[in-house]
Amino acid sequence: MSIEKQGRQTWVFPAPPAILAGAAVAGPKEGGGALRADLDHIYPALSWDKKSFEQCEQAMQEKAASLALAKAGLQPQDIDIFFAGDLLNQITPSGFTARQLGAPFFGLFSACATAMEALSLAALCVASGAARHALALASSHTCTAERQFRYPNEYGSQKPPYAQHTATAAGAALVGEGQGAARICALTVGRVIDAQVCDPFQMGAAMAPAFADTVAAHLRELGLRPENYDLILSGDLGRDGCAIAGQLLARQGVDASATHFADCGLLLFQGADEVLAGGSGCGCAAAVGFGHILRRLASGELRRVLLCATGALLSPVANQQKESIPAICHAVALEGGNPHA
Amino acid sequence: MTKKPQPERWYQEIIKANTPPKQVFRNSLTAFFSGGLFCALAETARLLLIRLAGLPEQTAAAWVTVGAIALAALLTGCGVYDRAAQKLGAGLAVPISGFANSVAASMLEHKYEGMVLGSGCNSFKLAGAVIVFGCASAFAVTLLAMLLGLL
Repeated sequence: MSIEKQGRQTWVFPAPPAILAGAAVAGPKEGGGALRADLDHIYPALSWDKKSFEQCEQAMQEKAASLALAKAGLQPQDIDIFFAGDLLNQITPSGFTARQLGAPFFGLFSACATAMEALSLAALCVASGAARHALALASSHTCTAERQFRYPNEYGSQKPPYAQHTATAAGAALVGEGQGAARICALTVGRVIDAQVCDPFQMGAAMAPAFADTVAAHLRELGLRPENYDLILSGDLGRDGCAIAGQLLARQGVDASATHFADCGLLLFQGADEVLAGGSGCGCAAAVGFGHILRRLASGELRRVLLCATGALLSPVANQQKESIPAICHAVALEGGNPHA
Repeated sequence: MTKKPQPERWYQEIIKANTPPKQVFRNSLTAFFSGGLFCALAETARLLLIRLAGLPEQTAAAWVTVGAIALAALLTGCGVYDRAAQKLGAGLAVPISGFANSVAASMLEHKYEGMVLGSGCNSFKLAGAVIVFGCASAFAVTLLAMLLGLL
């Protein structure tokens, strides 16, 4: 195994580590959407026999982790290192899940880009030989996130038409050597880009510049063109953020019409109602990436996918102090599992 | 007060072109009629209490107020209020029910953190500002009125 750095932000793996197994779980609204067949477990309600929504989010993480382990035929003690994050202060669900798993743990936060941050670090660890098996995990829960970032859940405020709905979902990916559902060929670590957007409901506009910056950097540093990918997937730009990102890519000289672009937050809530401009949250890229996309890669329906999780580094305190919302986007290039297919 | 930063002009234009505008006129109209309807219903209830139940005017008004608070809190707990507010907007923010919703929602949100430190401490998280500035401005206006000899 080896790693090569290419350009400022990109690392490539000549002998790519594999995603041995992935799992996705989600809440009722997501479970009623078009991707329901690709979710390993759907919770019928936003809370169940747990004391709090936070505990429900932790339960979702544990479910995703145990499903991924079971699919790969591994035990918690086989995890050499565990990378996880979520949207809560002090990333408590991830800490408690790590307590359950008992594996060496690095807690992460890059808002909704956390799923790809975790996957990137897991891939780097496996490719460097530092770990045989690394578990990457991220989650979000609409009831824990809304209270964290905006108003109480039941507060009767009218959200603008460009607001997004935080996904209740978790996804886990087990990275290791050998054959799996997909191979991790390269990754581009995002820079923090601040377009000076301040409206906490305008997440798409805040994150689109980071997405465009990372995609352009990835293509430039690897000498690739958009058409080298079957699909370039953003995390949670939403309807408006996707439209904005298309124009920003054009300004960077990337021909977005050359391949398919899609958004995890839009895919996850396709066919679901009352989500305004689409889904958001760590759960979007985690559940869609480690569920839907991984299955398409394994089946050969997709061959090469660039999975770009977008995160708005929003803090309610900073926002009230009249600070803008910086954003980040991490990209991971995935190839279908069997190189000889 | 410091000003919030703004995106560069060219980016503001891209955002504007790709973001649906807030339906200010439609929202105002919906709020005007739905808010008006609720107030008319409350007034009807007050008149019924006076005419049919024979309550004194002040007592009837108090009962209607209490009823509106209870109903708003109940609908908040059932998860109906926030959905209705997404459609009706400021129509549901009419003083009494909107205030009751903000208190009930805050208390519900923090019930897991305990009765006192959770629900109790956070009950006026949103409504507190209304009380503080309401009292302060009432004091200021009254003082002004007294100085001008109006009271």
